[in-house]
Amino acid sequence: MRRIICLSTLLALPLLAPSGTAHADSASAFEGTVQPMATGEDVYHHVCQGCHMPDGRGAVGASARFPALAGNARLQVSAYPIYVIMNGYGGMPWFSEMLTDQQIAGVVGYIRTHFGNNYTDPVTPADVTPQRPAIPPKEIY
Amino acid sequence: MTDSHPPKTPTRRQLLTRIGTLAGSAALYQAMTTMGHAQGTDFTAPPVLSGARRGTRVLVLGAGLAGMLSAYELRKAGYAVQVLEFQGRSGGRNISLRGGDTVTELGGAVQKVGFASGNYINPGPWRIPYHHQGLLHYCREFGVELEPFVELNHNSWLHSSTAFDGKPVRYREFSSDFTGFTTELLGKAIDQHKLDDVVDADEREHLRTAMEQWGGLDPDLTYRKGDTSSQRRGYTRPQGGGIDGAPIPSDPFARRDVLRSGLWTWMAFHERLEMQTTMFQPVGGMDMIGKGFNRQVHDLITLNCKVTSIQQDEHGVRVMYDDMNHGGVARQAQAEYCVCTIPLSILSQMDVQVSAPLKAAIMAVPYASSVKMGMEFRRRFWEEDDQIYGGISFTDQPISQISYPSHGYFSRGPAVLLGGYMFGPAAFDFAGMTPQARLEQALAQGEVLHPGTYRKEFSNGVSLAWSRVPWALGCCSMWSEQARKTHYKTLCTMDNRIVLAGEHASYVGCWQEGAILSALDAVTQLHKRAQGAS
Repeated sequence: MRRIICLSTLLALPLLAPSGTAHADSASAFEGTVQPMATGEDVYHHVCQGCHMPDGRGAVGASARFPALAGNARLQVSAYPIYVIMNGYGGMPWFSEMLTDQQIAGVVGYIRTHFGNNYTDPVTPADVTPQRPAIPPKEIY
Repeated sequence: MTDSHPPKTPTRRQLLTRIGTLAGSAALYQAMTTMGHAQGTDFTAPPVLSGARRGTRVLVLGAGLAGMLSAYELRKAGYAVQVLEFQGRSGGRNISLRGGDTVTELGGAVQKVGFASGNYINPGPWRIPYHHQGLLHYCREFGVELEPFVELNHNSWLHSSTAFDGKPVRYREFSSDFTGFTTELLGKAIDQHKLDDVVDADEREHLRTAMEQWGGLDPDLTYRKGDTSSQRRGYTRPQGGGIDGAPIPSDPFARRDVLRSGLWTWMAFHERLEMQTTMFQPVGGMDMIGKGFNRQVHDLITLNCKVTSIQQDEHGVRVMYDDMNHGGVARQAQAEYCVCTIPLSILSQMDVQVSAPLKAAIMAVPYASSVKMGMEFRRRFWEEDDQIYGGISFTDQPISQISYPSHGYFSRGPAVLLGGYMFGPAAFDFAGMTPQARLEQALAQGEVLHPGTYRKEFSNGVSLAWSRVPWALGCCSMWSEQARKTHYKTLCTMDNRIVLAGEHASYVGCWQEGAILSALDAVTQLHKRAQGAS
């Protein structure tokens, strides 16, 4: 119930007040505001493409990379990207705090049907909810 | 007790015991800190390592602050040290950008910095708390000149899109009103005997006096327009001289607006230990620290080496790397021990021969996204028009803040400010934009804080999205409570011949102090291990 209220607030306001979350040098110490993200495409543009790139091809750094989503066979089963988004993987942060089940379902649906991927079985919040960790990760300082 | 003898000065222990008894442990800690017993971080003095067995080699991977400090202390102890660095520069995330520099990010965008000569932005670390004594110790030892960094400025702007008609208000106006109204409410609660069951008469009297004087209230415990409140929030017409010198007091904001605005968040921000005055910055740019460290160990560093794998056995450590100075030819470096300062975002994707628990720890720490904007303006309009000298204006827009330079006050000509500093959602968003789009967003949002001048005076700008930095893939480590419990000690413990160091191996994550303290612990462990080996 609480999540639904939060979501409607998110969509109603152009900008949210600062979350108040402090970060170490944090330097900003306060996280910036969240863009309203109604669709999976919105989530991809405002969250994912910073690393996975607008064309979904990822990038190669120093002996490490951001994996490509384009032509990625691991997207065949939606449970895998849902798990990774929820819990993070290696250097990739968890997004269970930041994204709602609806948003995760949306963006998983988006990446599985774009960048040359064609996994058309629908992804719904009902697929996401069971994967929400019982004790969600929370950053500490 | 007679007074025939002059009172004896109590010993330090007697004094501390007395303070502890009278005022409790918080005051005791306070007093001990003042007297030099406790520090903000746990640095007291650098380790004194000596007597390394002749010819014992140590490979240090990464020439950021942790790597360079490890090399410095280990050479001093007698080890034969070699440092391999991926970039064509040392310093790691300790970096400043100046005119003529080029920023190439993952995804291919290239920015050429167009700042005027002498101007810079610190796109990584930019301020040093006074209690980061480890870093400050080495700044002093390596001759890095420091100057004050202005964190809190009462004349800066606070802005909420949903309060005060979306217009920025001065920090001093807001903080005066917030403190005034809250103390007034507490004062009234006392006078109306609402607190009698929890506060006795004597304490009530003290509290009442404190509220009046601390809150800037009139004797009737009301916060209202007048000299008392204007002495804090400022006058509508400032105090002048001569015949018409009389000031006109200003009107406080409506209490409801003050409380609803949420802007008190930014008052609380400066109260955090890490943000308290005095803060410092190096004169001339944060990279003066990296350069100071580099002066000590530059002869040990080989630049442009891309480490590809780290192996170890009972005899030593073997590191494979691509020598980018020679067309990327694969080479091998060997040593008895290794200090690895490669960020976990990179290390977690490399072939590293360590125990399964350490591998799991390396995989368990994600990296935060952060974006910083360095923007040059034709003149210091924030000083000339707004009387803002250093400090930070805060906003609930994605850029989150504008920080004005803490140096070069009153100078003419172009100057650079921090036009946005984002973590979390806004950082992901900005990282995904083109550099041009980031600047456009920063200009539009900055214009709200400085209407009419921000865009007009803008000259050029650069952004650094840390998640798009090829050798970092993120800004700094993000520890969850679970990961700390499960993996932190393992991550920091020497694994046979390899020990990790960096801000990620500390409780001062994302600060340079974390890199320093972690390196000191790593070299101490390594030395112990080497001394024990026969």
